[in-house]
Amino acid sequence: MRIDVNAFVGAYPWRKVPGTSPDALLRALDRSAIDEAWISHLPGLFWRDPTEGNAWLYETARAQQRFKPVPIVHPGLAGWEDVVANAVNAGAPAVRCDPLYLGLDPAGGAMRVCAAACGAARLPLLLAVRLEDGRQRHPNDGVPELPAAAVRALLRSDQDARLIVTHADRAFIEEVHFGSTPEESRRVWWDICWIWGPPEDHLATLLTTIGHERFVFGTGQPLRIPETSVAKLDLLELPPGARQAIECDNARRIA
Amino acid sequence: MLVDIHAHFLYGRTPRADWRERNASRLAAGERIGISVHVASILGSWGLTSPLYFPSPADVTAGNDALLELQRAHPNRIRGYACVNPNFTEHARREIARCLDAGMVGIKLAASRRANDPLLDPVCALARERRVPVLHHIWQHRRRDWPGQEASDAPELCALALRHPEVSFILAHIGGGGDWRHSLRAVADVGNVYVDLSGSGVDGGMLEACVAAVGVSRLLWGTDLTMDTGWAKLRYLESLLGKEELVFVRWKNAARIFPPGAFPAD
Repeated sequence: MRIDVNAFVGAYPWRKVPGTSPDALLRALDRSAIDEAWISHLPGLFWRDPTEGNAWLYETARAQQRFKPVPIVHPGLAGWEDVVANAVNAGAPAVRCDPLYLGLDPAGGAMRVCAAACGAARLPLLLAVRLEDGRQRHPNDGVPELPAAAVRALLRSDQDARLIVTHADRAFIEEVHFGSTPEESRRVWWDICWIWGPPEDHLATLLTTIGHERFVFGTGQPLRIPETSVAKLDLLELPPGARQAIECDNARRIA
Repeated sequence: MLVDIHAHFLYGRTPRADWRERNASRLAAGERIGISVHVASILGSWGLTSPLYFPSPADVTAGNDALLELQRAHPNRIRGYACVNPNFTEHARREIARCLDAGMVGIKLAASRRANDPLLDPVCALARERRVPVLHHIWQHRRRDWPGQEASDAPELCALALRHPEVSFILAHIGGGGDWRHSLRAVADVGNVYVDLSGSGVDGGMLEACVAAVGVSRLLWGTDLTMDTGWAKLRYLESLLGKEELVFVRWKNAARIFPPGAFPAD
């Protein structure tokens, strides 16, 4: 069983990306032997009201059992609490809020309240550090990357807040993990899509220093090819059970 | 057969205390991926005694010596690019001749001098004479100067390639950062520039765009600093290309531009 906690459907505004439709995503899942994908509505991230994409997202997920909806919540908009409640009612495994894409202070009051509300609802909050390599972005795509300090602040802001952070590299993960108490760091999970494999062996190092319990399988597809995350695992010598934890069990426990 | 045309190794005179582990990791991952030959370079002292992208002649020689030693230790697995700094023209030419005589199979130019600069002409003349390719570090669409390197982008490499039509140039790491679409547009009609697929970038649509821009006959497979992304791109290509086409990306294109006998099955 392999669960991709970091997938999107819908078009990307900054460049041509193939495979953004639900059918294309399904084909990509088959190609990479991924059983289930947690999906968000990619265009919505760029809308003034990103929650307008959530209805289509739920409809898409209802039509395909392998998709689980991760709706976008914008805590700066009135009625955002309803998005969280709807997500719980719909059985969503998480909600996502990428504050810098929404024009929010990543560790500001709105984000802290949102993290706490999600925590109270037992719903993980998913955030991306970035969607693309900063060196290649469109000249008008000036959204800053999520700072590690914001993740630390959100973890400290509420003892029930649980975060899934995607597209983080080794340095980011280490900064948050070792800059948090053991209790705080137990409430954050990292997807593996941006962590380097051999010969630098960043993922192997992190699994040793931080532990496989903190990592989940994610790809960032279709912005990134999903084969990458599978290859990272195939290049590791993992103890029995660790691979299954990363590919499936950890995500199941969070959701 | 699978040739990684963009590999690096480390050695004792670098800032990395873990250089042995990193070299061993590359070779072990290569075994798992099925890499037949790593065509590699060592960039001077990797910053220990001169800057990474502006290596001193002494560091260039030391790095090349270390690579020759690795090549001798792994005669079936490792081939070398002679890394030079073209600002030291005479040293660069001597070093290339020395390293090729000792069994290296290509020339590596990083970011010591812009690719379209006339100082690169003597290096390219030697590449033509010795019939070896030039792997050139590229920033995909350099919009400004970046600290620590005099990076080139694809139009600048193409200007050099047009001055030296008999030399094969390898545009480094299309996935190595920057706007790869900008590079692909630049190289599309320059037939002696080959696209190296290495780099940490694994953007959806990038491989399709590479095939569309230069065709299968000008794609070369490589890894650079991230072998996981290299393997992923190879796997993706298996779904994008037919087996007969894929074999050109895996090794046949490399066999065509490197000297005869550079690879075991060649």
